[in-house]
Amino acid sequence: MRHTLVAAVEDKPGVLNRMVSLFRRRRYNIESLAVGHSETPGISRMTFVVEGDDRVIEQVKKQLEKLVNVIEVRDVTGEPAVIRELALIRVRATGEQRGEVAQLVELYRARVVDVDHDSLMVEVTGTEEKVNHLITLLEPFGIEEIVRTGPVAMVRGARPKEFRMNVLK
Amino acid sequence: MKRTGAEILWESLVAEGVEVVFGICGGAVIHITDALPRYPIRFVLMRHEQAAAHAADGYARATGRVGVCLATSGPGATNLVTGIATAYMDSSPLLAVTGQVPTPVVGTDAFQETDITGITLPITKHNYLVTDIFDLARTLKEAFHLARTGRPGPVLVDIAKDVQAAETGFSYPEGVELPGYIPERPPPEALVRRAAELLNAAERPLILAGHGVLLAGGHAELVALAERGKIPVATTLLGIGVIPGTHPLSLGMAGMHGTLQANRAIQACDLLLAVGTRFDDRVTGNPRTFAPHATIVHVDIDPAEIGKNVAPDLAIVGDAGEFLRALLPLAEPGDRRDWLAEIESWRRESGWEIPLQEEEKLLPQYVIHEIWRATEGKVLMVTDVGQNQMWEAQYYLHELPGSLITSGGLGTMGFALPAAIGAQVGRPDTQVWVIVGDGGIQMTIQELATVVQEGLPLKIAVINNGFLGMVRQWQELFFDRNYCATCLRNPDFARVAEAYGIRGLRVRQRHEVRVAIQEALETEGPVLIDFHVEQEANVFPMVAPGRPLSEMILPERKEAR
Repeated sequence: MRHTLVAAVEDKPGVLNRMVSLFRRRRYNIESLAVGHSETPGISRMTFVVEGDDRVIEQVKKQLEKLVNVIEVRDVTGEPAVIRELALIRVRATGEQRGEVAQLVELYRARVVDVDHDSLMVEVTGTEEKVNHLITLLEPFGIEEIVRTGPVAMVRGARPKEFRMNVLK
Repeated sequence: MKRTGAEILWESLVAEGVEVVFGICGGAVIHITDALPRYPIRFVLMRHEQAAAHAADGYARATGRVGVCLATSGPGATNLVTGIATAYMDSSPLLAVTGQVPTPVVGTDAFQETDITGITLPITKHNYLVTDIFDLARTLKEAFHLARTGRPGPVLVDIAKDVQAAETGFSYPEGVELPGYIPERPPPEALVRRAAELLNAAERPLILAGHGVLLAGGHAELVALAERGKIPVATTLLGIGVIPGTHPLSLGMAGMHGTLQANRAIQACDLLLAVGTRFDDRVTGNPRTFAPHATIVHVDIDPAEIGKNVAPDLAIVGDAGEFLRALLPLAEPGDRRDWLAEIESWRRESGWEIPLQEEEKLLPQYVIHEIWRATEGKVLMVTDVGQNQMWEAQYYLHELPGSLITSGGLGTMGFALPAAIGAQVGRPDTQVWVIVGDGGIQMTIQELATVVQEGLPLKIAVINNGFLGMVRQWQELFFDRNYCATCLRNPDFARVAEAYGIRGLRVRQRHEVRVAIQEALETEGPVLIDFHVEQEANVFPMVAPGRPLSEMILPERKEAR
């Protein structure tokens, strides 16, 4: 089963390397990874999707938490969470096809963000399924390039833990 | 007052109470060694960086303090790798300091540059590259804190050469800021109570004690618990010494070369209290058939060890010592007469004494047992890896906690001699013996020079069978005696020792064993005894890899023939 995990990590050089190295070494199957700053300076939040049964996911979580720079890892798969992905899609479109593409884009609440003489660049946000669907529908026009961020996730309602610095006396 | 980076390193080490550093100098640590004479720290100059890491590891295990090693950049640093990995697998608190090329040329493939933080990433608890002198003191403070707290382990600090020469004001930080690091984990009270209930209700309970009990200083409580409830105790290799080897409740080591009584008890018990152990495959055999009738209670300080290899029925994350101290008052006295009687019958059946009764051949088990007899089981034993290590674990009955130092997890040949150097430096008043095979000794034999230079009175027993014996045993049992790449043509080790300035003795007959051991004990300085033992002696019992613990190959009984 696919699990979506959200990690809070210290924003220090090499942290991503440590995490990815761990995935490789312990042969965890990681499908996507998105990372950026959090609300707290010095702390990044990372969302990643891992394939595995409950026991594997439990190990992923614990092994990651064992890394000194990883503060917390939470499996949000079973929780009421908003999970979104952003994709940029360059699709071939000339003449009357431009209108058809624009219609699909409209239906999916996506946007055309760049126009070239024979192609359009579409920006879409949503669940992975929604992005996949739009891609399927655009395929007949001829897709030239796709860039996807991988999902990011946030649990509904709950405020995140405050990150306290545990100072050794 | 301003300090150079090199001075900050030494001042920090002094502030942490470091008294000795094991290492080798070099171009990228020359500022560091240049500043050394101004500080009250002993520098033990090793002959190879791998040995420096093992020595620091041995020092750490013998003293319970952080062991420190130093190496230069590039090959100096990469030579540490085996030693760091050894310490990592066995949770030994180690600080490895390496020099790095100057910051402006980092990343340019400069002379003797290597990405040692990248290389050691998966074999350190944490590591650092310091490229700004401002970070140096804080980094060292964190490194010591990480190495010694929680589940201990090695930390590497790589210091760029320009940082060593740069200057800044120095004050050693009082605390660390590591928001993602939680070393203190008090075992939850409710779970301790649940464990006590399970233990009190059990008819056939067994304690499996690992290294964590020794690291946490919980051995006395463990023995008290065993005695109160009449609960037998099996140990892992690194747990040896938790309970005296001659204690009636001690079953000895469990696992691949564990005793018959320990393995049978694991397979028959109704409650397994596993404390401070990670269920290594060498302990469990096939994990699916491990302790099939038992409710398993697993106590470990590292949450990631819970459920990794064996799924417990009750999991307690916490310090083994704190757990045992909390559990002890809740444990009810018991007699468990039937259970103990059954275990005694297994002990009688084990055939443990068979190799000791062999009169004609010089068997390695006899050699180990005679060393045990002569030292009353009370000296510090440092063993290498392979048959010699297993025979020691079986035939040297350790009376004292922490009296065995060995490479358990990584199984590093060449570990014993340098680790013993570190152990002897850390405990100058303790008698230290090295048990090593003819294969392993040659992997770090250059350290005999360090032994002499430092004046260390090590007693070195080479169990010489002319083979890489453990692999030969596997070839005999599983590969149709195809002794490929295991046969060694050795030098005369006694003469090699003499060339280094160490007393060398040679033993070929059974009756010479006691005399030689006595001579070693009466010699003030270091002694090496080359025991030419039976070449094809095997380590039994043995559980073949991946097989259940119930399937043990036992020593042959002579009267059957």
